Amino acid sequence: MEVLLPRTLDEALAIKAGRPEAVPIAGGTDLMVALNFDRARPPALLDVSRLPELRQWRRKEGWLVLGAGVTYARIVRELPEVVPLVQAARSVGSPQIRNRGTVGGNLGTASPAGDALPVLAAYDAEVELASAGGRRTVPFNEFMVGPKKTVLRPDELIVATHWRFVRGPGSFSKVGTRNAMVIAVASVCLVLDEAGHTVRVALGSVGPTILRAPDAERFVAGALAAAGWWDDPRATLPAQVAREFGERVAAAARPIDDVRGTAAYRRHACGVLARRALVWALEARRAA
Amino acid sequence: MSVGTLRRTRGGVGSSARRVDGVPKVKGAFQYGSDLWAEEMLWGQTVRSPHAHARIRGVDIAKALSYPGVRAVLLAADVPGRKTFGLEFADQPVLAQDRVRYVGEPVAILAAVDPEVARRAAERVVVDYEVLPAVTDMEEALRPGAPQVHEYGNVLHHVRIVHGDPDAPADVWVEGYYETAMQDQAILGPEAGMAVPADDGGVDLYVATQWLHVDRQQVAPCLGLPPEKVRLHLAGVGGAFGAREDVSMHIHACMLALRTGRPVRIVYSREESFFGHVHRHPSRVWMRHGATRDGRLVNVYARVLLDGGAYASSGAAVITNAATFATGPYEVPNALVEATRVFTHNPPCGAMRGFGAPQVCFAHEAQMDRLAQALGMDPARVRLQNAMKTGSVTITGQVVRGSAPVRQVIERCLALPMPEEPAAGPRDPQALPGGAGNVSRGEGVRRGVGIAVGYKNIAYSGGFDDSAEARVRVFRTADGPAVEVHSAAAEVGEGLHTVLVQVARTELGIEHVTLHPPDTAIGSAGSTSASRQTMMSGGAVQLACRAVAEELFRRVRARAASAGRTLRGELTLADGRVLAAGEPVGEVDNYLDEPIEARRTYHHRPTQPLDERGQGDVHVTLAFAAQRAVVEVDEELGLARVVQLASAHDVGRAINPQGVEGQIEGGAAMGLGLALMEEVQLDGGRIRNASFTDYLIPTFLDMPPVVSAVVEEPEPGVPYGAKGVGEMATLVATPAIVAALRAATGRPLNRAPVRPDDLIGLAPPVASGPPPPAPAVPGPRPVPHYHGLDAGQQELMRPESD
Repeated sequence: MEVLLPRTLDEALAIKAGRPEAVPIAGGTDLMVALNFDRARPPALLDVSRLPELRQWRRKEGWLVLGAGVTYARIVRELPEVVPLVQAARSVGSPQIRNRGTVGGNLGTASPAGDALPVLAAYDAEVELASAGGRRTVPFNEFMVGPKKTVLRPDELIVATHWRFVRGPGSFSKVGTRNAMVIAVASVCLVLDEAGHTVRVALGSVGPTILRAPDAERFVAGALAAAGWWDDPRATLPAQVAREFGERVAAAARPIDDVRGTAAYRRHACGVLARRALVWALEARRAA
Repeated sequence: MSVGTLRRTRGGVGSSARRVDGVPKVKGAFQYGSDLWAEEMLWGQTVRSPHAHARIRGVDIAKALSYPGVRAVLLAADVPGRKTFGLEFADQPVLAQDRVRYVGEPVAILAAVDPEVARRAAERVVVDYEVLPAVTDMEEALRPGAPQVHEYGNVLHHVRIVHGDPDAPADVWVEGYYETAMQDQAILGPEAGMAVPADDGGVDLYVATQWLHVDRQQVAPCLGLPPEKVRLHLAGVGGAFGAREDVSMHIHACMLALRTGRPVRIVYSREESFFGHVHRHPSRVWMRHGATRDGRLVNVYARVLLDGGAYASSGAAVITNAATFATGPYEVPNALVEATRVFTHNPPCGAMRGFGAPQVCFAHEAQMDRLAQALGMDPARVRLQNAMKTGSVTITGQVVRGSAPVRQVIERCLALPMPEEPAAGPRDPQALPGGAGNVSRGEGVRRGVGIAVGYKNIAYSGGFDDSAEARVRVFRTADGPAVEVHSAAAEVGEGLHTVLVQVARTELGIEHVTLHPPDTAIGSAGSTSASRQTMMSGGAVQLACRAVAEELFRRVRARAASAGRTLRGELTLADGRVLAAGEPVGEVDNYLDEPIEARRTYHHRPTQPLDERGQGDVHVTLAFAAQRAVVEVDEELGLARVVQLASAHDVGRAINPQGVEGQIEGGAAMGLGLALMEEVQLDGGRIRNASFTDYLIPTFLDMPPVVSAVVEEPEPGVPYGAKGVGEMATLVATPAIVAALRAATGRPLNRAPVRPDDLIGLAPPVASGPPPPAPAVPGPRPVPHYHGLDAGQQELMRPESD
């Protein structure tokens, strides 16, 4: 197996144009497991862990640009204000995995259980892809098209993901069958957009891709508007709003039974997590 | 050396001496079996069955053999000697001959110049299978017409214990059905070893194992070699817990080394490790407990099924243990126990920490809680009221002669401080059920408390002449006297080697003790299992040290006599000196012109096998433990967090208190795993989660603080009065935690591990029909009986011909 070591993104893209079968590797926390289990034997690995552009994040005109090679450990340290992303990052694997694993890796693997993915979905993030021929930007919900399936072309690399900063509280939660270092059985990211008067909720590990719950989102945004809550977070909401929101989120899940959990439990957990996340967000804005 | 520079001998019995292997292990310098390496070494690979049950029509190795870099491909026909091996019965093929009986059974082995070539070549071995119907359910296996795993049927062993009058009436009856899952030992180091061909036509095998001699007993006949030509050396062992009692890669590596004339190393991957060793038997247990109105146990019925998978392993001994401990550490005047170890086409099961006791402890402790509830009594009181003590009679009719501080362990356990109640208001999610998943700030979280008491045998039972040998040599160095201890006992991570050094220090008063590498150049030390080595190999080192001291004292007296002096009083050793009646006579060094060496073997008190009514003096020493668990459950999400485990253990005497604590904590972690997450999930005999991605074991965020107390009531007749402590925490942790979960949720949880679905009622309790009828095989010599060191030499017999 060849290991290719480009020093710059341009060099990497030139290699990828000529050797589209070369598999990019950054932290290797998914790929090396596949190699160990003998599930993958790519003819070549393309090491993208040392490309400067991928290792950066920056703020730009109200957007956050997160390089594909930024590790979860750095997200926890350097981006504390992006609460849901930090919460997702902290739930990834073990400290060792967080030191190596990257959001770009979550995107490349495109597992519905990827912890960062519901956060990207809730933020309506875009994924920036590059090839020797140029760059393109794809909305996250069009990037991931199935379990471990994306629209990434063989000559492309994932460069970054970006999203417009959202003002308002939010959170990420996931359930698994132990208290740490666990692959999500179900996960929920909820973001409250104070400027847009919307609530966005994304579900991980309960469908072939990351799912949004548009019906639940519309329902709760409407209920908040009806109660005058956007203008006055102290306004009282009917007690059943959070419960019904949870039920509608649960209805949006499309889970299956597998070795990690049952479909029935996954659906149920989505409802509970979404309801709790909404309550926390409402309380946070009220307290702010 | 003057008295002023006297150096005290530190690190003896009773002190928390520093581990002899501690520093290299912490620094990463310790060489484990998977680190073995030799010039010109080849890499071995195993081709395994993808089917639970199939006939092998043919194997085509041509493509593999011609693959560049491959040096040998071997099949069943290439096994030089006996074609089968086994710990108790030689029923397991070295390589499958005409039939495979479980997914993962070895069919072919090969050696190649590097591991990648070996893997690619393994894919080129073409096996033509005729898939046959498989039986993968233990009750199904007992029904007439079920596919037969072996020609002698689907029952390895059945134990019936009839004690008192099993029809004795009682005021109150409680009944229950319980299941435990197949658990993996999750050894940190996978199966690993290296075979090096020797000039004499023999082979040296370096292997991570629990018992070198029983391995040799199985390896040598299969290689067609006399035992002396098969020399085993202990490689660094990364945990065992029963997983290394059976032969795994041993014979394969030797065959490949002898065929190629080169060292061959085999290291299993984590996935392969799940097929490479036996697991804890999954269990189904039906129990009925009868008591008087004031809470005295009168009569217990237990029907126990253990699924042993495709081969015997140590299953006959496991089911015997499960049967004899089925009613718990309580006085039970009348009992009927029917326990069957079944064959299925699942992966084989055998030894794992607790060895049959955890499965029944899970059931009898749930029953004790049920009884307490039916009687309106406190669960601890019911247990105290029925607690076994010295002089009690077990259900096998054995009078408990040794220490049996059951009441004390319960009382000490309950007296340990409870964890603090959580403060009001939002809580840190990391400390709650769900942990790092950030799922709760305290909403829906309820606490529960549960207790469990259990007991188990130390060392081997049932009439087996359990023994351990050790050699001790005392000699002079530039730095003063030194001791070398040679024992074949395997250090598997539990701290035995430190214990042996402590014993030598205490017996000889010499601090400088080194260990000879364990190998088969010395006699058997027996297995590092059954919580036996502190007693057995500790006893052997003690005997050898005492023999050395005797010779030393003879020299001391002789020299005194030649100087015309008579030494008064008893001679003793301390701090590098010889004392007479407590007064210094001289330095030990002065008497070591010639080194002194002694070799001794320790035997424990003989035991008996069970008779046809399941009666007999089967166990040599019993150890008891009580545990209290405090859990928090997220009632909506069905997630659990153990807040605290409080544990009191009957250890006789703590040789190394820190080591004892380590065993209690580690054992509790393993029991916690079975309570909450650990399960080898099977689908038609195929393991669905053969990796640490999906076979989950507890992390730091799952393991709570463990507060422990030791009850030191010395066991009469054993060295230092010490009992082993390796297993007891495991068997009580699971039922204590599940009892706490029941208390928190009010749900009748009857299967371990408990899943989130169970905790929120998405899944009903596991149900069962009536217990299956006892098979017609039990008799004076049930099929077959336990032979210990004669391992690998027993043929399984058809029941009717036995």
